[in-house]
Amino acid sequence: MIPDGIEDDDKWLAEGIAAIRLQAFYLHRALDANNLREALKYSAQMLSELRTSKLSPHKYYELYMRAFDELKSLEMFFKDESRHGVSIVDLYELVQHAGNILPRLYLLCTVGSVYINSKEVPAKDVLKDLVEMCRGVQHPIRGLFLRSYLSQVSRDKLTDIGSHYEGGDDNVMDAVDFVLQNFTEMNKLWVRMQHQGPHQMKEKLEKERNELRDLVGKNLHVLSQIEGVDLEMYKDTVLPRVLEQVVDCKDDLAQYYLMECIIQVFPDDYHLQTLETLLNACPQLQPTVDTKTVLSQLMGRLSNYAASNVDVLPEFLQVEAFTKLSSAIGRVIEAQADMSIVGALTLYVSLLTFTLRVHPDRLDYVDQVLGACVKKLSGKPKLQDNRATKQVVALLSAPLEKYNDTVTALTLSNYPRVMDYLDNGTNKVMAMVIIESIMKNNSCISTADKVEVLFELIKGLIKDLDGTSVDELDKEDFEDEQNAVARLIHMLYNDDPEEMLKMIRTLRKHIMSGGPRRLRFTIPPLVFSALRLVRQLQGQGGDVAGEEVPTTPKKIFQLLNQTIEALSYVPSPELALRLYLQCAEAANDCDLEPIAYEFFTEAFVLYEEEIADSKAQVTALHLIIGTLQRMHVFGVENRDTLTHKATGYSAKLLKKPDQCRAVYACSHLFWVDDQDGIRDGERVLLCLKRALRIANAAQQMASVARGSSGPVTLFVEILNKSVQLSLHLIEVTLIRYLYFFEKGNINIVNAAIQGLVELITNELQSDSTTPTSDPFFSSTLRYIQFQKQKGGVLGEKFASIKV
Amino acid sequence: MVLVLALGDLHVPHRAPDLPAKFKSMLVPGKIQHIICTGNLCIKEVHDYLKTLCPDLHITRGEYDEETRYPETKTLTIGQFKLGLCHGHQVIPWGDLDSLAMLQRQLDVDILVTGHTHQFTAYKHEGGVVINPGSATGAYSSITYDVNPSFVLMDIDGLRVVVYVYELIDGEVKVDKIDFKKTTTNTHSAH
Repeated sequence: MIPDGIEDDDKWLAEGIAAIRLQAFYLHRALDANNLREALKYSAQMLSELRTSKLSPHKYYELYMRAFDELKSLEMFFKDESRHGVSIVDLYELVQHAGNILPRLYLLCTVGSVYINSKEVPAKDVLKDLVEMCRGVQHPIRGLFLRSYLSQVSRDKLTDIGSHYEGGDDNVMDAVDFVLQNFTEMNKLWVRMQHQGPHQMKEKLEKERNELRDLVGKNLHVLSQIEGVDLEMYKDTVLPRVLEQVVDCKDDLAQYYLMECIIQVFPDDYHLQTLETLLNACPQLQPTVDTKTVLSQLMGRLSNYAASNVDVLPEFLQVEAFTKLSSAIGRVIEAQADMSIVGALTLYVSLLTFTLRVHPDRLDYVDQVLGACVKKLSGKPKLQDNRATKQVVALLSAPLEKYNDTVTALTLSNYPRVMDYLDNGTNKVMAMVIIESIMKNNSCISTADKVEVLFELIKGLIKDLDGTSVDELDKEDFEDEQNAVARLIHMLYNDDPEEMLKMIRTLRKHIMSGGPRRLRFTIPPLVFSALRLVRQLQGQGGDVAGEEVPTTPKKIFQLLNQTIEALSYVPSPELALRLYLQCAEAANDCDLEPIAYEFFTEAFVLYEEEIADSKAQVTALHLIIGTLQRMHVFGVENRDTLTHKATGYSAKLLKKPDQCRAVYACSHLFWVDDQDGIRDGERVLLCLKRALRIANAAQQMASVARGSSGPVTLFVEILNKSVQLSLHLIEVTLIRYLYFFEKGNINIVNAAIQGLVELITNELQSDSTTPTSDPFFSSTLRYIQFQKQKGGVLGEKFASIKV
Repeated sequence: MVLVLALGDLHVPHRAPDLPAKFKSMLVPGKIQHIICTGNLCIKEVHDYLKTLCPDLHITRGEYDEETRYPETKTLTIGQFKLGLCHGHQVIPWGDLDSLAMLQRQLDVDILVTGHTHQFTAYKHEGGVVINPGSATGAYSSITYDVNPSFVLMDIDGLRVVVYVYELIDGEVKVDKIDFKKTTTNTHSAH
């Protein structure tokens, strides 16, 4: 059926074109002969081809264009009275004798246009006459094209202000009246088209009808081009009458198209000044009309208008554009109860974009829009629909992009409420967007209240929300999220210590709810944030005795102790140990001995009970010794206890080389180079001797291994390494001797150094497996040589050492 | 002429959110031939970022680095110079020049780069140089107060190395230059 139909369509079109071509041939012959009678006859016959009802609108348009081209030559002929000898008035009468109405009206329009040109009658009379007479054709397609022809030929003759046709009784009003009337009639024909043809082909018919929409819309375009249509006339006449037709036609296709058309063709400021009228029409449209797209387009246009020029912004305020749009959207959403959530959200996104462009300073408007969304979403479960989710993300992202200070968004009370409607996954994505925005804009969060709001907002990252199971999470994503939170914590700052402590307390409350998986990410930045505050207070003189100060280092240390303790649930003893040591040193700087001792105790307990890996023990012990070496707050008793412990740990490490290194590092605990430094030469020597003993033991172990290994060459390489290593340990101990020797430790005597030098030299010479040139030892010997040559007190001390 | 970027102690995100934007805009890919990083990055993201600047990346392990593959010390030869790298928390007393010089002798290097103190330093010492590039993010330190973000660029050319230190002070980048010439090519031969 359908393929046949298309074939028929083509066949009929071809027949029609052939007939037009034939009649046009005779027409041209008549025109060449200046024969008016023949010309009228053949043109009428040619135009009769347009009477067909067989063609689809698309094909009919092709046929119409053929005839249209021919009519141009006819018009030229009519214009030249010398060619046909009939006055234009008579010609206007004459063409009305054509037998059939359609050819007659085409000819009348053609002559009419020439008639107006001649200025023998007022243009408005001719136009009025023509637009009335065209009513004679009521077939939708034929009528539409006829009127389209009328619109075409009359376009340059419209009595416009400033055009040379104006004068006498003619004014802009007549031109507007004419176009409006033609528009109204065309729209009626267009709407009626849907009732033509069999019902089962409705879909196809609607598609065809849609193809003709621009014929109707063209009239609105013409209206917008008439210079005389100023704002006042647009407001009083044009818009009300166009809207009247739009509403009255009760056809959704026409209504949607024409509303779109109005928004597109007329200037921005007209829309702004007639906003109320335009918006009032929206709820009157058919319920099936996609009003939200119409409104979105309108808001889009107005937003661009506002963005194009700051000078127009007062206009927006004057007409209360936001209030009007906002209430219109409310009415439309209310009227269309079955509008999808996505649809409503799309509208709110447009309104928000509009608000941010036009009223960037009106945060209350932004909040109002978000509030309206909450209202629409209330009572509904979290969004499942992807498109709706996308709109909510757009809605929440817009204020972040607009305001360089992200914190602004935090003050919007409805912001978190809208965010709650996102599913857990998207909620986290949105939280990440918020954090990124803060980081990008370098926004400082400066009050405890803001911290509260912010962390409530990003709670999806801070703690497990209902329904999220642990295995759902991608490990890498999770780490990225937690690292983002850790970064964010550095943006919390206020130089008022009291407020800063409040902020830290609020922050702590939130991150403590994060559970063991998050704490190892979030606790370190919290600790360092608090330590920075401690240092700030320390700079301000710290505690004042007897006075009640709200923010003291003591209070912060208490908070820190409880915070780090939470890492035991993770568990993360190595991290906790490091943080305790950081706190101990901060307490040291604040002269708080008991607190510093407490932190050391915690660190030691972790070392003893939780850190089992030998490599981790070595690092932890270096940190303990390194920190302890810097502590000056301890009295003799506390210091002895702690150094004794640390030395004890050192000697108990698993590997001899590690033992040796840790023990000689401990020697520095008894020799601190500052003004009232500790200089316990005897204990330094004890440490070094002990280190040396360990090194010797390591060497002997290596020798034993060498003796037993015999010819097994497999072990040679391992042996070489261990012999070298033990030798190396003696060497590093030697330079430690030299270090203290130089520092003036009387317990380090030349003889001891001499002994070590000889020991190593012998070892190097006797041992065939060890390379005779040991660069480290050479460098040490070179150093001794260097000191000897330098002379002075130090040179003298070194003088007796033979190398 | 070889450009070597030396930096360390970023402590991201424990103590700082990121490298300063001003540094990031200065550090562009394709200009630097080697990066040596003393450690405490602390997360992989920072490692990946450095890798984008220059694929030849050498890192030692700081006490906050969870990456266990970073070694405690590392030596490498660039041109005529032997470089040693170590975070420095193992060298007690921390930041003590004599102790670092011992490490330098122990590693047998011309240039020793360490971190941990967050304080930029560069000393010529017994025919070698001991450099601490400071903290690239200006991270909090229990050792140094008021840390300014800093890093070091070394321009190694034959027997000469020019050490440029970039420091961010009150939002402005300040550059300092230290010149160092190696006296002989072969100071490390045995007696």
